Amino acid sequence: MKHIISPTDLTVSELNELLDLSEEIIANPRKFSDVCRGKKLATLFYEPSTRTRLSFEAAMLNLGGSVLGFSSADSSSAAKGESVADTIRVVSSYADICAIRHPKEGAPYVASLYSSIPVINAGDGGHNHPTQTFTDLLTIKNLKGRLNNLCVGFCGDLKFGRTVHSLINALARYENISFILISPEELRVPEYIRKEVLEANNIQFEETTSLENAMPKLDILYMTRVQRERFFNEEDYIRLKDIYILDEKKMAAARTDMLVLHPLPRVNEIATEVDSDPRAVYFKQAQYGVYVRMALIMKLLEIV
Amino acid sequence: MLNIGVINQGIVIDHIQAGGAMKIYHYLDLENKDVSVAIIKNAKSNKMGKKDIIKIEATLEDLDLDILGALDHKLTINIIENGVIIEKRNPKLPEIVNNVLKCKNPRCITSVEQGLPHSFKLTDRVNGVYRCVYCEQSFDRR
Ligand SMILES: [Zn+2]
Repeated sequence: MKHIISPTDLTVSELNELLDLSEEIIANPRKFSDVCRGKKLATLFYEPSTRTRLSFEAAMLNLGGSVLGFSSADSSSAAKGESVADTIRVVSSYADICAIRHPKEGAPYVASLYSSIPVINAGDGGHNHPTQTFTDLLTIKNLKGRLNNLCVGFCGDLKFGRTVHSLINALARYENISFILISPEELRVPEYIRKEVLEANNIQFEETTSLENAMPKLDILYMTRVQRERFFNEEDYIRLKDIYILDEKKMAAARTDMLVLHPLPRVNEIATEVDSDPRAVYFKQAQYGVYVRMALIMKLLEIV
Repeated sequence: MLNIGVINQGIVIDHIQAGGAMKIYHYLDLENKDVSVAIIKNAKSNKMGKKDIIKIEATLEDLDLDILGALDHKLTINIIENGVIIEKRNPKLPEIVNNVLKCKNPRCITSVEQGLPHSFKLTDRVNGVYRCVYCEQSFDRR
């Protein structure tokens, strides 16, 4: 039995298999509409994240399975002080697989230690969110046709953005990837990403504050929002929150086949005028999230 | 150099990063052991500038030395018998360290679930880096 706690819990070849299965599902969703009949997914959400929870639930329902769970800590046994370990031991006897979201880092790993069903980390604080990374990879793979030979730009909060760190980590395992890291000085990628991931693997990257200058070089632009809760003082947040706004004018400088991704929800960092640009794929990305979760559930339940 | 007598039987933990002696004293649980201990802080060192040293008059069986590598991977352990150094050891770096190091990350699950064992794994043998198995934050030796 396998658990998915971190994006690197899958080897590159397992990841490729997952993405291949996702693409089979995209091509012929009906073929998979009944493969999880009689199986149950438990969604254990100790903090609300409606988008992620609905994506998991839609995935299981699309496979013909059913879902149960809770969507915040105060409606659950956690409110009565039950440990994650005890909760998962009980849930293991109700469901066949579970997705767990928790505000504390490492909670899904704790669950995996005591679980007798596969555990999927659906986000643990600012730590890991593997299905978001798989979603991003599937979006790129399906729309670009490859995960190698790409120049990928990340823009916005590169310091606290776990989706960014995680995707850099995942893409670094493919050939001939280069990165352009676009952020204000205060929100640069952390030192350990530069040292342990980029420099250690001899990956070409440049850091810049200018989104305009980066635009023409990019195959992929991954936009992120600057999150209020990451800041100690409101002033810094106000100063930095709208520092990058992607609009049609900037899009005009980009390649015609560039793609814009965003983990959503978006605030101001992408002007709504960009939504109708065929290169804006962030809403499609949410759809890919359902497909990749379908594939992941099938893999972990060994229904292939 | 300052010399607090020569010990007859025991160990000298040398090349401790300056300021680290008390922590090692604590982790080896020396306050609860009936052994004589000399702590030398901020001794001059050619190699390190400043270092701490601990001399412990005790038999090896009384001390859990395996933990030292996780606390400070650059220290050296000298085994003394009959007043002479019979062996110099570099600390071992155990792959897993259970219930010795405590995770200090306030966002870690161990900060809210008291019953969980604190567990660290070695992720970088060269630099002696240990990370919490739950939140993956590296153990901060300072
Ligand atoms: Zn921790």
